[in-house]
Amino acid sequence: MNRKWPVFAAAAFVVLAFAVGVVVFKDRSRLETTQALQASSDALIRKHSPVYGNPGAKVTIVEFFDPSCETCRAFYPIVKGMVNSSFGQVRLVVRYAPLHKGSDTAVRILEAARQQGKYWEALEKALADQPRWASHENPQPELIWESLADIGLDMPRARSDAGNPAISELLTQDIADMKALKVRATPGFFVNGMPLHDFGAAQLKALVEQELKRVQSP
Amino acid sequence: MTGTQRRAGDLEARAWARLFAAWLIALLATAGALFLGEVLGMTPCVLCWYQRIAMFPLVLVLGVALLDADPRAARFGLPLAWLGLGVALYHCLIFWGVVSEALSPCREGVSCADAELQVAGIVPVPLLSLIAFAAIVVLLWSIRRREKS
Repeated sequence: MNRKWPVFAAAAFVVLAFAVGVVVFKDRSRLETTQALQASSDALIRKHSPVYGNPGAKVTIVEFFDPSCETCRAFYPIVKGMVNSSFGQVRLVVRYAPLHKGSDTAVRILEAARQQGKYWEALEKALADQPRWASHENPQPELIWESLADIGLDMPRARSDAGNPAISELLTQDIADMKALKVRATPGFFVNGMPLHDFGAAQLKALVEQELKRVQSP
Repeated sequence: MTGTQRRAGDLEARAWARLFAAWLIALLATAGALFLGEVLGMTPCVLCWYQRIAMFPLVLVLGVALLDADPRAARFGLPLAWLGLGVALYHCLIFWGVVSEALSPCREGVSCADAELQVAGIVPVPLLSLIAFAAIVVLLWSIRRREKS
C-alpha cells in the first residue's frame, strides 16, 4: 500500500507542472502578440484588403483568413452574421494567411473575382465547395473555377486576372503582416486592434460586443 | 522463473525502484511530447508519431504494474521500449543527416529533419527521445534479468 503513493504523487506533480507550463506559455504568447501589435500596428489593416460591411463602421474585425482552412469556413457565417446584424457598426477586413498548399492559388481566384465585383459571391461558393478542392494532401484549387461557373463572371478575363502581379504583391504583404503580427493559425482575429486571445465564436462575439459598447458610450 | 509462477506483489524493492524510474521517464516524455505538440504547437512528424505510439502506452503499462508491484511489467514494457528506441535512433540519424532525408518516410508538411525540432534551441527532440527509450530499455532489461536469475 505504501508503495502506491509515490506513483500518484509523481503523476499529480507532472500534471500540475504541465498545467503551470500551459499558463506560463499562454502568458508569454499573449505578451508576444501585444508587443508585435505595438511594434507594427500599421500591419493590421491595409488598403488593398477586401472589406465586408460599412467601410465607416466603428468596430473592425480583422480576420487572417485561409480559404483552405475548415475552421475559417465554419466561422464565415458567424462573422458575416455579426456584421449584418450590427446596423453598419461592424465591418470585416479580410487578410490572407495562406498556410496550406494551394491556398495561394485559391486567393488568386478570389481576388480575380473581386476585380469584377463578385468577391463575396466567389468566396461563398469557394467555401461551400471547400471539401471538394481543399484536401490537405492533394489540394486542387483550380476546381474553384467550376464552383464559380454560375455567378456571372467574365471567365477568360478572370483567369487572366488571377495571374496579375498585383495579387502577388498583396499576398506577399499579407504574409509579411501575418508574420509580423505573430499569427500562427487561422482564422486569426483582431477586433479594433485587439487580438482574440481565447479562441472561439462566443469569445469573438463577446469582444465585438465589448467594443460596440465602448464606441457607443459617449 | 523458478517453476512457481511469480504473482503480483512479488516485486522486490530494488526492482520496484527501477520500474518506478522507467515509468517516471515515460511519464515525463509523454508530458513533454504533449506539451511540445499541443501547447507550443510543434506539429509531430511521422517518425515522432511512431515514437509516441511506443511511449504513451508505457506510462499506463508500467504505471499499473507499479500499483500492483507486478514483476511482469518489464516483459510487457520491453517490446514497446525497443520499438521506440529503434525509431528514435533512425530519427536521430535523419536529423543529423547520416541518413539522407530522401530515404525518410516523411511527407511534405513536417520534415523529420527539421532543425526546429529542438528544445531551447540546442537539444534535438529525437535525441531526447532516444535517451528516454534507451534508459527505459536498460531499466526494464535489468529488472527482467533479476527476475530470470
